[in-house]
Amino acid sequence: MRAENTVTDLVWRGYHRTNGSVGLRNTVLALSIMDNANPVVTKVAHLVPGVKAIRTWYGRGHLGEDFEIRKRTLVGLGANPNVAGVLVVGLESKHTEEIADGISAMGQRVFSLSVQDVGGLLKAAYQGALIVAQMVEDASGLQPEAVPLSRLVVGVECGGSDTTSGLVSNPVIGRVIDWLVDRGASGILSESPEFIGAEDFLINRAETPDVGQEIRRVVERIETYVKNMGGDHYDANPGPDNVRGGLTTLEEKSLGAIQKGGSGPIRGVLSYAERPSGSGLFVMDTPSPAVESMTGLAAAGAHLILFSTGKGNVIGNPVSPVIKVCANPETVIAMPEHIDVDLSDVLRGEVGLEVGVERVKQALLRVSRGRWTRCEVFADEEIAISRFGFSL
Amino acid sequence: MTKSSDGKIATVGAVWVHETDNVATALRNLQVGETIEVASLPPVCLRENIPFGHKLAMVSIEAGGAVIKYGSTIGVAIRPIKPGEHVHVHNVRSARLGAGA
Repeated sequence: MRAENTVTDLVWRGYHRTNGSVGLRNTVLALSIMDNANPVVTKVAHLVPGVKAIRTWYGRGHLGEDFEIRKRTLVGLGANPNVAGVLVVGLESKHTEEIADGISAMGQRVFSLSVQDVGGLLKAAYQGALIVAQMVEDASGLQPEAVPLSRLVVGVECGGSDTTSGLVSNPVIGRVIDWLVDRGASGILSESPEFIGAEDFLINRAETPDVGQEIRRVVERIETYVKNMGGDHYDANPGPDNVRGGLTTLEEKSLGAIQKGGSGPIRGVLSYAERPSGSGLFVMDTPSPAVESMTGLAAAGAHLILFSTGKGNVIGNPVSPVIKVCANPETVIAMPEHIDVDLSDVLRGEVGLEVGVERVKQALLRVSRGRWTRCEVFADEEIAISRFGFSL
Repeated sequence: MTKSSDGKIATVGAVWVHETDNVATALRNLQVGETIEVASLPPVCLRENIPFGHKLAMVSIEAGGAVIKYGSTIGVAIRPIKPGEHVHVHNVRSARLGAGA
């Protein structure tokens, strides 16, 4: 391993926000909070290319938990430290203002527009463009400064997993998370269905008995849900690509998946899109599919996401840069343009696991100092907010 | 575990993760008739091709027996599995979520 413990090696470049947070990107968002307002943010981004449009699906008629999850997620995405300012767009003003007020309460610069109040889509796009133009110009004047690793919040994710994920990519990411947490950073392990069959390893790492019981409760709730659905869970998880990649059961996938959460104590269990309360490793109760899970991570304030893939999953997140790590020798040849860190030589036994760990650390440092990930280069970025019930 | 002390995975065609595992994972496309030897286990002769990343039985697994990888149960055999056989969705079910493919 190269000497890596000098102070200059252990900093990233961050944008200091007025609310005290530090962002690793400096993005201005045009955030549509309901599907009927999506065309507005699309048009705003055509007029002002420096803004990032976020389109969301559904958003009307949500009840109970779905309403709360959606609100927490939209507010959390807007208030992510990587975001320099937000334009919130909705059809009507009441829910639009609620989201904007939530973002504002977290100290974020925010403006809002409702299509009905402004008088249609074109006027909303025009007014929105003028608002985001100012925010884009202002954001461009901010200079990133050196920030210690302890300020980082890093999510871990896997998608398109195969057996190489559990053998190499996830253990490597887990060691990087241990390294970050040892330096005071926060880590978030999500995708709670992929705790099933491996939950005892997580429960044994719970910092308190309450945290352990909460992990058990999360797993039991999912397991009960699946059993009550009846029929066949195969094809859902492990999915057809997982099975082609050699994963036979959800337990096998889980035992590989949890390794990306490292080996340290688990400080707490977060709801979807809930912010971690401090440093250390947290688990978040989210569905497994990558876009949906990463939306929860980004809304919880993750600065970036370490993402292992086996068979290949190209998607990223518009708010949190996603670093793709792959150990499958076939995938890194089939789609090299989507892979940020190639660990196929670790799988082949040509180099040790520690070489892979160092490679991911260096990639993380580069991205946290401004280098783009492949997902950013291609803008392979999507949002999906969890929704469990019927919309009224 | 077929990882040597420097952390490298041994290039033996298959990786055996934990000393209680009764399966190993193919590190390349393995051909019927090949002999696979991992760590201290008796060598097995492959009874069928094993695709890259898929599992092979290193010992006999009886019907209803646990399939062990990472030192943990990853499923239950739904019929007897002989050493050197492909271990996958055609002969293993989840032990946790019941009926499968």
